[in-house]
Amino acid sequence: MRYAPHTDEDVGAMLEAIGLASLDDLFAQIPEAVRLNRPLDLPEGVSEPEIVQDLADLAGRNRGADDLVCFVGGGAYDHYVPAVVWALAGRSEFYTSYTPYQPELSQGVLQALFEYQSMVCDLTALDVSNASLYDGATALAEAVALARSTPGRGRVLVSAGVDPRHVETLRTYGRGAGYEPERFELRDGRGGRPEVGDDVACVVVQHPNVYGNLEPVRALFGAAHDGGAATIQLFDPVSLGVLAPPGELGADIAVAEGQALGQHLNFGGPYLGVIATRLDFVRRLPGRIVGETVDVDGRVGYVLTLQAREQHIRREKATSNICTNQTLMAIAAAVYLAWLGPEGIVELGRRCAAKAAYAAERLTRIPGVELRFPDAPFFKEFALRLPRPAGDVCDALVDRGFLAGVPMRADDRTLLVAVTERRTREQIDRFALALQEVLA
Amino acid sequence: MTQATGAPVRRQGPPGLGTLKALSRPGRRAWSLPELDVPAAEVPAEHARARPPALPEVAERDLVTHFTRLSQLNYGVDTGVYPLGSCSMKYNPKVAEAVAALPGFARVHPLQPERTAQGTLELLWRLERALCEITGMARATLQPPAGACGELTGLLIMRRHHTELGDPRTKVVIPDAAHGTNPASVRMAGYEALHVPSDARGALDVSALEKLVDENVAGLMLTNPNTLGLFEEDIQEIASIVHGVGGLVYYDGANLNAILGRCRPGDMGFDIVHINTHKTFATPHGGGGPGAGPVGVTEELVPYLPVPIVERDEAAGTFHLDSDRPRSIGRMHGFHGNIGVLVRAYAYVFLHGRDGLTEVAERAVLNANYLAHRVEGAFPLAYPDGRPMHEFVSTAALLRERTGLRAMDVAKRVIDLGFHPSTVYFPLVVEEAMMVEPTETETKETLDAFAEALLQASDEAASDPDLLHEAPLTTPVRRLDEARAARHLKLRW
Repeated sequence: MRYAPHTDEDVGAMLEAIGLASLDDLFAQIPEAVRLNRPLDLPEGVSEPEIVQDLADLAGRNRGADDLVCFVGGGAYDHYVPAVVWALAGRSEFYTSYTPYQPELSQGVLQALFEYQSMVCDLTALDVSNASLYDGATALAEAVALARSTPGRGRVLVSAGVDPRHVETLRTYGRGAGYEPERFELRDGRGGRPEVGDDVACVVVQHPNVYGNLEPVRALFGAAHDGGAATIQLFDPVSLGVLAPPGELGADIAVAEGQALGQHLNFGGPYLGVIATRLDFVRRLPGRIVGETVDVDGRVGYVLTLQAREQHIRREKATSNICTNQTLMAIAAAVYLAWLGPEGIVELGRRCAAKAAYAAERLTRIPGVELRFPDAPFFKEFALRLPRPAGDVCDALVDRGFLAGVPMRADDRTLLVAVTERRTREQIDRFALALQEVLA
Repeated sequence: MTQATGAPVRRQGPPGLGTLKALSRPGRRAWSLPELDVPAAEVPAEHARARPPALPEVAERDLVTHFTRLSQLNYGVDTGVYPLGSCSMKYNPKVAEAVAALPGFARVHPLQPERTAQGTLELLWRLERALCEITGMARATLQPPAGACGELTGLLIMRRHHTELGDPRTKVVIPDAAHGTNPASVRMAGYEALHVPSDARGALDVSALEKLVDENVAGLMLTNPNTLGLFEEDIQEIASIVHGVGGLVYYDGANLNAILGRCRPGDMGFDIVHINTHKTFATPHGGGGPGAGPVGVTEELVPYLPVPIVERDEAAGTFHLDSDRPRSIGRMHGFHGNIGVLVRAYAYVFLHGRDGLTEVAERAVLNANYLAHRVEGAFPLAYPDGRPMHEFVSTAALLRERTGLRAMDVAKRVIDLGFHPSTVYFPLVVEEAMMVEPTETETKETLDAFAEALLQASDEAASDPDLLHEAPLTTPVRRLDEARAARHLKLRW
């Protein structure tokens, strides 16, 4: 299948207009020595029905969350995605446009992003948000870059409760920026004591943390601020109907993996990175920011603003290299948040918390299964200690129709179980029976 | 609204929309969740939120109308030609959307057991091989979620290469016409950017490069064709100069669309290549993302690719994620990258196949040359001696001299004539630059109509300059006060 619309007659007329004899002449300036001079070693093109069949075959080799009951979390969750989200974000006037460089033709994307930014601020109780970053892990790396702006304060203290993939991404970014994230240990699955000297730029805490546990964020951030460091909280956006928001816990910068906001699981992406911060950081915030203004007739409209932070203006002095972000995902997130509204996000949070509590209670009735951190409160995800290696247990449970959770790296018998609003009591009960059988 | 007598009559566009917040009424709702079937459990009081977030309260019907009307205020490729230079705003095949939405792809969790995700892993493995063949590289990572992240990935690979040789270097050379992401990525990778000028042909100045490079230079970043739309004919010499001091040569894939099947970065001497799937392989730009920025490297650099990468067990015919790569630079993304975008890129690559991809480049270059020819009387090429590839850079400098009107005024008038304008004021090295990339998916009739619009705007600049000064008149809002937006920050409701 091809999409170029030219007839042979078009090609002939266009070549004639530009005074060339053949299409090859268009490439005459490519030195002979670097020309390929052979066909690409790829298959011949195929028709649309054939590619659909090929991809349906590949998709059929996956077993997803429609087929297996999903208790896997670890940053991406099987929350319900309302039909309205992609019916709207999937409108092609949005998805076939690009970064709104011509605002008069892009008011739809610009206003949707302004509304997204507004709802992120409502959610986090912070002053400003940008128009999205790539994902939670890269958003954390950008937040750390933002926090490392005071000369002499370069060290980055990261709680051992932060997701290891986030920390690995941070470490990669740190190699370019010249820092190595330093870990401070948890006590009984949360808390810990960051040593905040006067060379520390920031303290990073994830709440709920990598084990699902709720962190004493106010105390950790209080210690960070006492030591003069900035505070960064990784949060779960759908927890903020029931959990106190980052802005009230003392976070200077809040970042999140935004997958839970109406994004399909998609084997890890596209999701979106959410970032919000205080107004005094706004001129160093990375990425696109939409602002309200007026046109020459005084009508309200929206533009990309504070562009002097950005790579296309500031080049090597830009606050980040980010150009393309995850705009479409931010539009979907805006639709999702408005679908929930203040009542829906509270009800969603309550359902997750109640079902997780029920599942934890039900699963720990199985002989040999216990909570890894029995004294730690959690929200929608919790760590179980199993009598057998968690990877083997997950594998065995696939054959019984379950995606059981995430085997934790810390030790091979810890399984992280996530319970969203989609899981029913009946599914949780069946899951418990299956786990019991597998462990028997 | 008042209009001065004699000014062009404004054709009223659709009325502007209030925000969702303005539609909000206490008690209205759109959400729908099942009743709780387990005992209620509250989070501990010290962690609880005191009052719900002040999100809007709207009915689903309001939500649908609001976002539908917003979408109608927006211009996309589906609306018409979108000739932004360096962005390859080509038609996005609908079939790619359909296959990416298959539950077998969309409903797979990134951390579920590998044996339950064999289809996606195989797709990634096949796509990697195709991209390596297209670019002439040995292996590739599909993890970077956009081109700029691909740049950083490539530069961190460059850094690791020199570090392992015990020779950490400090500088990376970039052309003065480079995209802003290049110097920004260089800085994020911990290097200093050295700028090399363009010469009178609009090509990289080889003698300046020779003087600039030394043993402190880690590498060079280059697009080819370059950002002026011209092929760097001295590419082999350029590569050998950089290799001569032990540096690596990085290919910015922004302009790969021009050369598909004709030549390959690997054969030109490039060591590291990033690809923008949202440009070359027609994955939708999404209003500014998601993209995907796969990075290919030569055999020597394969150990440094980010973890994990997809490997195939030849004996079993199965696929797995390999994270046990001690020389890797590490992760560039929390999971595996923008997989949904890569599914679309896969569909595009294999729909076209070897001949189809070559034809893409031919038609893209044909369209750009034809359009350049149609408008050159009014908007001459900034570098008229070179043949444009898939895009061309014209200048409105003459128009400005003659009439005082600028490239931006032309762009705004083109909007009133029914088109999305080209990129303006980039590259920075060209005065009054208009960077035009029609892509291969536009018909001759569309190109003719777009050319007529540009020529009309040029004529009107002399005959009726107010039409340009006042433009656009037909849009939902007219020219917006950007200075005010930055001065009186209103970034939320």
